[in-house]
Amino acid sequence: MTNRPDRWSDHHIESVMGDLLRAGVLLSAAIVMLGGVIYLIHQGNTAPDYGVFRGEPPNLQTVTGIVADALRLSGRGIIQLGLLVLIATPVARVVFAVFAFSAQRDWLYVLVSAIVLGVLTFSLRGGIG
Amino acid sequence: MTVLELTAAVFGGSLLAGLIGSLTGLGGGIIITPLLALVLGVDIHYAIGASLVSVIATSSGAAAAYVKEGLSNIRIGMFMEIATTIGAVLGASLALHIATSAIAVIFGLVLLYSAYLSSRSHDIQTAGDQPDRTARFLEFDSNYPTARGLESYHVRHIAAGSSVMFGAGVLSGLLGIGSGALKVIGMDEVMRIPFRVSTTTSNFMIGVTAAASVGLYLKRGYIDPGLGMPVVLGVLAGSFAGARIFERMKTGVLRTVFGLVIAVLAVEMIYHGLTGRI
Repeated sequence: MTNRPDRWSDHHIESVMGDLLRAGVLLSAAIVMLGGVIYLIHQGNTAPDYGVFRGEPPNLQTVTGIVADALRLSGRGIIQLGLLVLIATPVARVVFAVFAFSAQRDWLYVLVSAIVLGVLTFSLRGGIG
Repeated sequence: MTVLELTAAVFGGSLLAGLIGSLTGLGGGIIITPLLALVLGVDIHYAIGASLVSVIATSSGAAAAYVKEGLSNIRIGMFMEIATTIGAVLGASLALHIATSAIAVIFGLVLLYSAYLSSRSHDIQTAGDQPDRTARFLEFDSNYPTARGLESYHVRHIAAGSSVMFGAGVLSGLLGIGSGALKVIGMDEVMRIPFRVSTTTSNFMIGVTAAASVGLYLKRGYIDPGLGMPVVLGVLAGSFAGARIFERMKTGVLRTVFGLVIAVLAVEMIYHGLTGRI
């Protein structure tokens, strides 16, 4: 490793990434748990039907739909919001990597992180078609 | 069975998967899908979606601890994520277009291979001492803390390693697994990265790889909150508990038992796939 400003040493970057990942997972688990309690209170006694794949309704497939559902305090909507936070956690780590490597002026890795972010964005927008 | 009973069953199974996964270091994600599909009769699409989300949870939770210890190499991780994420998007697209019975058979074969890997003992690799020009350009060569202090290592065979990573990404997106074992092989055996660095860096990459395919699953309605909730919470609780007792346990016997369980699930998956029952 070459000499880099102390504030953005590799060790510092790794440490912030660790905190970021932990915070994301804990936040997500808390939201999922809250939604789970509401879901089980309201729908705990109904019969589940997972034997045949039908797909989720459109409001549980998109970010805006999920947020709207969660704001109506629907149990399934809140759980889905928690799962969305979980999915966003590694994405946030890659976004952070872009900034951290640019603070280090390590342009090669700014590019590498940006490519990974590009692939993630492509997928989260639903891929092709 | 009511929703409450199914939730309890899925939570219990996921708890066990997370616990064993973290104790053996094999990851619990690989048995979530067979558990849901074979034991609880859940459609394999829903099962893969739930498993994929749980993979993000465990890898992020574990990576949080590892990156702080300075064991994982974030540059190798970031660079290899280009290959794993592109592979994951392709794998997920593939999963949406091939028959569920074909997915079951491929899943079974991957499980069999994992069972074989878990039975094989790991021989200690000596890291390559000749610097590689590509590795130097990519700033891969680094050091890591050992009992004898900081030890440096050199990385090699980056093109071959990237190909293995791409394959790991495809399998991750196709089957909803972390592909941790294959990622470790790519780094440890192909690129000659020390085993401890390989396993932790692999873990670091798993979450991003899974996130790269989960978007496609979400968009097509494969991510169900009713299943995702007990799976994520169960696997997380199990792996946290596993990490706590990790140091104090001999995992040899456990690995053998887990290997056998995987082998049985593999045969079941292949049988169900071939007879068109999945």
